[in-house]
Amino acid sequence: MLGKEDEKKEEGCLCATGDLLFLACAGGSNVGQISNQAAVELVREGRGRLFCLAGISAHLETMILPAKERNLVTIDGCPVQCAKKILDHAGLESALSVVVTDLGIEKSPSLEVDASDCAKVVKKIKEGLRVQP
Amino acid sequence: MMKIEVLGTGCAKCKSLAKNVEKAVAEAGVEAEIVKVESLQEIMNRGVMMTPALFIDGEAVAVGRAPSVAEIKGMLKR
Repeated sequence: MLGKEDEKKEEGCLCATGDLLFLACAGGSNVGQISNQAAVELVREGRGRLFCLAGISAHLETMILPAKERNLVTIDGCPVQCAKKILDHAGLESALSVVVTDLGIEKSPSLEVDASDCAKVVKKIKEGLRVQP
Repeated sequence: MMKIEVLGTGCAKCKSLAKNVEKAVAEAGVEAEIVKVESLQEIMNRGVMMTPALFIDGEAVAVGRAPSVAEIKGMLKR
């Protein structure tokens, strides 16, 4: 059982909890930004942790080591699937891969995140997670 | 001398890793300096976003978990 001091320290710490990491492409388009916002919302709901795709693409051991031991969810904005390809390059595999444009959301250069589009992505990921082992 | 760094803000898992490191070093009979890095800012600046983490001579060997004494002893032999 944790003491008060331990509990206090855990509030703001990076202590590894949970088994699910979200990796969003966060690209320079509406769907890229939606991918990131959807990941943030899932994290705020306590579904997993947001993880640094840039750190994986830089092949940082500090990012790749914990990613190897967890279930990864990639959220790509468009069919180019940069997030999924980055995992491939790093020898990692995603347990679930979602593409925002597959949900009928059209890619545009705007960086605006439409809340109803974001909700669609969040819903799709939750559905996907329910059928994952 | 080998430098072993335990990165963690001081929660239960981090303390467990520090204890395992101390035991592994003693059992392996290696000469090592053990440093505890507890500053959240310094930990994040090292590229660690999940703790506890273990660095040996500046290289990350475990991140986001606390390896056992036996596993750490294996890491010390490398």
